[in-house]
Amino acid sequence: MSRIGETFASLKRLGRGGFIPFVVAGDPDLATTERLLIELAAAGANIIELGVPFSDPVADGKVIQRASERALRNGVTLRDALSCVSHIKLHIDVPIVLFSYFNPLLQFGEEQLAGKAGVDAVLVTDLIPEEAEWWTQTLLGQGLDPIFLVAPTTSDERLAYIAQQARGFIYAVSRAGVTGARDQMTRDAEALVKRVRAVSDLPVAVGFGISTPEQVRLVWRFADAAVVGSAIVREIETLDNSPDLVKRVGEFARSLVAPAS
Amino acid sequence: MKESQIKTSEPDEHGHWGKFGGRYVPETLVAPLEELTNEFTRARHDNNFWRELNLLLRDYAGRPTPLFHAQRLSTHAGGAQIYLKREDLLHTGAHKINNALGQALLARRMGKQRVIAETGAGQHGVATATVCALFGLRCVIYMGAEDVRRQSLNVFRMRLLGADVITVDAGTRTLKDAINEALRDWVTNVHDTYYLLGSALGPHPYPLMVRDFQSVIGREAREQILSATGKLPRALIACVGGGSNAIGLFHPFIADEAVRLIGVEAGGCGDSLGKHAARFHSGEKSGGGRVGVLQGTMSYVLQDPNGQIATTHSISAGLDYSAIGPEHAFLHDNGRAEYIRSSDAEALEGFRLCAKLEGIIPALETAHAIMPAIRVARELPRDDAIIVNLSGRGDKDVQLVADLQTR
Repeated sequence: MSRIGETFASLKRLGRGGFIPFVVAGDPDLATTERLLIELAAAGANIIELGVPFSDPVADGKVIQRASERALRNGVTLRDALSCVSHIKLHIDVPIVLFSYFNPLLQFGEEQLAGKAGVDAVLVTDLIPEEAEWWTQTLLGQGLDPIFLVAPTTSDERLAYIAQQARGFIYAVSRAGVTGARDQMTRDAEALVKRVRAVSDLPVAVGFGISTPEQVRLVWRFADAAVVGSAIVREIETLDNSPDLVKRVGEFARSLVAPAS
Repeated sequence: MKESQIKTSEPDEHGHWGKFGGRYVPETLVAPLEELTNEFTRARHDNNFWRELNLLLRDYAGRPTPLFHAQRLSTHAGGAQIYLKREDLLHTGAHKINNALGQALLARRMGKQRVIAETGAGQHGVATATVCALFGLRCVIYMGAEDVRRQSLNVFRMRLLGADVITVDAGTRTLKDAINEALRDWVTNVHDTYYLLGSALGPHPYPLMVRDFQSVIGREAREQILSATGKLPRALIACVGGGSNAIGLFHPFIADEAVRLIGVEAGGCGDSLGKHAARFHSGEKSGGGRVGVLQGTMSYVLQDPNGQIATTHSISAGLDYSAIGPEHAFLHDNGRAEYIRSSDAEALEGFRLCAKLEGIIPALETAHAIMPAIRVARELPRDDAIIVNLSGRGDKDVQLVADLQTR
């Protein structure tokens, strides 16, 4: 079983929901990203998604677009994101999912990625399993989990097909739309998770639009983990290089997973 | 690569021309793309659909467009006879209306009440706003801030036609960023929104569908040149941004192997990455055009070594784009079509020459094809012919050219 599989198995034994924060590599800079990853692990992250900045993030809302732009202004590349991961591996044991658009990975080369990654899984926002068979096989051959998205618009037939291709967990997109915090969770997410459960035994994480402790707890009622991206990235943006940025983001992460008072 | 594919250039059922094309999109868009593909496939085999479209193309858009023998340009070239396929005479002033009408009919068949589109030069935005007015559909157009600035007349036209024009401030603030924003809108509003993509780009079925709607250009041109000269032309020349006017002209001639297909990319103002939009020119000097994935499709993409999409430059907003339609990538790699480039300065020269010698002011996009056409014609005997796709009229560019002259 992969490290991600083990993580979900242990959460299940404990009867707990998982917490998966997301940050963009190099936002605001690479050294801070490394400290943030370590801090997020300490704050209770069970898995961390590390975003690779891309010039044309079509699936992202404004907050992550701006984070991507900040990282790119610093000249951050996929190679930098990977070295970030290899550095923090010495300090933390939390599985890392590389979260990227396809083109940077394609130019880097899948063999090279699989050989050197040091990450546990790869999620490609704009790669659906139909276009990815060769890619998936290469990842699997190197012990990396290919993670795929499912959406409220995904048909039952495709859900079954995607579930067959996916390893580690299935990422259920809570609603049609781009990434970004929303005040309200729709019922779409719960209905989608139910449909996934009907065709797959893989754990299901729910993401897109989750920004509050209440929303995290709500997701835990029907899914195995909650992904929080834009809300954390927005904290990083708001703190704007303040000296206690890492500590404050850690506090925010802790507040998301704190038991209801 | 199968021989038969080169003769027909048809994609497989998932929209792949060899390795190019396909569907590289967020999962949420798979269902609407599938729905669109199904509707398009049904429409493609429905005589009533084509009857209605052809009627609109004739009575509303003004088809067929003339194939005009440009005698003074031909004399100037001193070689083959140059014929201009006058897409500039269409309603709204460019070939874009061919595709906009076709897709608007599809949107109506699918019961979508809201249409979104991206635009670069504004020609596609104007065409989309126009068909939305005609069909009573809500219309939202995304346009990069830089293009809004240089094509302000078209922005006003779109607003007159009832469209909401949304200025996109992200990234390079040109066509690429407008497409990103349109995709974000679509992914958010899939339930009621039709994305009317304007070029032979993006995820399947768009490259195939746009090509089918634009192929009327080549079908007419083929008949017209045969009737005018009694034989096939030696070459077809068209500017290539995303590539819809070029593929529309080329496609009906693909099996005519003796006919050279020549696409003209924007050479911009220099050889280094960021100074041009010549995707097929990946030499050390002009750097950066490699196979990659952008906005839903695999094709040649101008990018840096790390796979970040490069900025582009062209004097014409409509050619100012980092990627090229996947069918062009396919025709390039199998050698059926050739792709050359023309600089900003050369485009301006073509713009003036066409105006002075023929009394036709072409769009700056179109103008990129004029000087290359003269060079091609010069190499050929006088009793042969070549066709240039006069894809759009230049009224929208007059102010920009005037400003350049006074600088």
